[in-house]
Amino acid sequence: MSEALAPAALELGGPSAQALMWRRVYAHKGLMIGAVILIAIVMMALLAPLVAPYDPYAQDLTQRLIPPIWHERGTWAHALGTDNLGRDYLSRLIYGARISLLIGAAVMVISGLIGSSLGLAAGYFGGRVDAVVTFIITVRLAMPLILVALAVVAMIGGSLWVVIMVLGLLKWDRFAVVMRAATQQVRGLDYVAAAEASGALTARIIVGEVLPNVLPHLIVVASVEAASAILLEAALSFLGLGVQPPLPSWGLMIAEAKTYMFFSFWLIALPGSALALLVLSVNMLGDGVRDVTAPGGRS
Amino acid sequence: MIAFALKRLFLAILVALTVSALVFLLLRASGDVAIALAGEGARAEDIENIRRIYGLDRPLLVQYFDWLFRLLQGDFGQSLYFKTDVLGIVLDKLPTTITLALLSLAFALAVSVPLGVLAAAYPNSGVDRLCLAIAVIGQAMPNFFFALLLIMVLAVWFHLLPVSGSESWANFVMPTVALGYYVAPAFMRLVRAGMIEVLASDYVRTARAKGLSGVSVIGKHALRNALVPVVALAAVQLGFLLSGSVVIETIFALDGAGFLAFQSITHKDLPVTQALVALLSFIYVGLTLAADLINAWLDPRIRIG
Repeated sequence: MSEALAPAALELGGPSAQALMWRRVYAHKGLMIGAVILIAIVMMALLAPLVAPYDPYAQDLTQRLIPPIWHERGTWAHALGTDNLGRDYLSRLIYGARISLLIGAAVMVISGLIGSSLGLAAGYFGGRVDAVVTFIITVRLAMPLILVALAVVAMIGGSLWVVIMVLGLLKWDRFAVVMRAATQQVRGLDYVAAAEASGALTARIIVGEVLPNVLPHLIVVASVEAASAILLEAALSFLGLGVQPPLPSWGLMIAEAKTYMFFSFWLIALPGSALALLVLSVNMLGDGVRDVTAPGGRS
Repeated sequence: MIAFALKRLFLAILVALTVSALVFLLLRASGDVAIALAGEGARAEDIENIRRIYGLDRPLLVQYFDWLFRLLQGDFGQSLYFKTDVLGIVLDKLPTTITLALLSLAFALAVSVPLGVLAAAYPNSGVDRLCLAIAVIGQAMPNFFFALLLIMVLAVWFHLLPVSGSESWANFVMPTVALGYYVAPAFMRLVRAGMIEVLASDYVRTARAKGLSGVSVIGKHALRNALVPVVALAAVQLGFLLSGSVVIETIFALDGAGFLAFQSITHKDLPVTQALVALLSFIYVGLTLAADLINAWLDPRIRIG
């Protein structure tokens, strides 16, 4: 099939747009590194029961605060040591990836649905719709995010789902702002006018013509928002007002280790580095997508 | 200009009112204050009593307007946990937080403007890469983790600074760095992008053609124009810094409004939480209004279009 198509493509003047795009993707170092790290973390989270050497909740008070393997007192039985309750730190870190990834993905989807609907509507219809949506965005931006999230989670009572819902319902502002601007740009282009002239339904134009053309912007914002949701959950859990023990949230693990930080700093350094690595990979992926989808595709 | 300013002012007031109503309703809808107030093991009639005493049995909208009118008269109510006047403690703690936010902003600008200018003047050089690295790490590292790293290195290992507290200027150093580093990447990207654009413009080429030195071109002609969007961003970021200080002040036990917010939230001290949230959003609305007006004054295209 591809052999049959190849000569035709050559006649039209080189490889297809898709092929060019994939070539840019493979050539983009940051994107590839980000993707590899993220896929590795996702695999680790999905296969946690197979990968983790111990039950992340199993306490063993005879095995408390064992340092990681690079310490002289470290042991291969607990390669990354144990926490103050004797739980295997490597296993907790592996299971913790599930929480961060779930938060990032779920908050991204919820806030993405709210924000891009608002942004698409404002950008496409303009006028009064735009004025109302702009006002809603301004109101949202004026609310101090961390403070409101902390207060609401504290009033309802912290849990994984509460954190996801609160962050999802609060963090749609950037989606709305970017999608509004991107839609405004696309709105005036000829193919949208052509679709309108051909009598297509408005919903069809938005989904079929506008959405595919603002998709690169959407992907970039989605990556930024997922990363920021992961950091916010960690901050909430660190303050004790997010995910509750004994769940192995990385932010919560740092909070639990705070008492021991002067003597056992690895308890903080490990989940902190895990968070930074995950967020870094998501950001690199997002920046990479922005680069390869930009017109002209700078490398 | 006056018509534009009045329009913006009206909009800002509308936004502030909507935010205060939303936050009030949101917090009231999230949990029962009376149960929280009565504490654990309270009997049903105790909770009913508390509801009556604090007026919590009235419709929510009535409670909101009552709260708003008192607020406008400067009466923020009584703290449930600290047992004092809310406005009193908030005003007592606010200067610390404003100092921290301004110091952090100054730190972020002091780091990001020179680095952003150098990165733009020498694209793809070592400085440019250093800037990129600082920005990438700054955006990926949780700021509370960065704060703990600072404590470990500067306070525990090298004994240079006190771990926590708010007695002297030394207590402000680490919180300033931790909070400032958090917003520096955004400034750095903006300065770099702005400078690259300005350096390619005609008037900079003219200045170069006149034979002016590189320093004079960048400092006198280019930087001024590249800094215009930075002013707007600074106003917005100052608002973020004020609310971001919750995490940082809590870590360093810096006795400001952020720490107060954390305490009021964990003790379900709703009057204090509400007052702080309202105050912070009013400050944010005020700052963006000021930035809008300054921009409109600098650039006539904004106030006409």
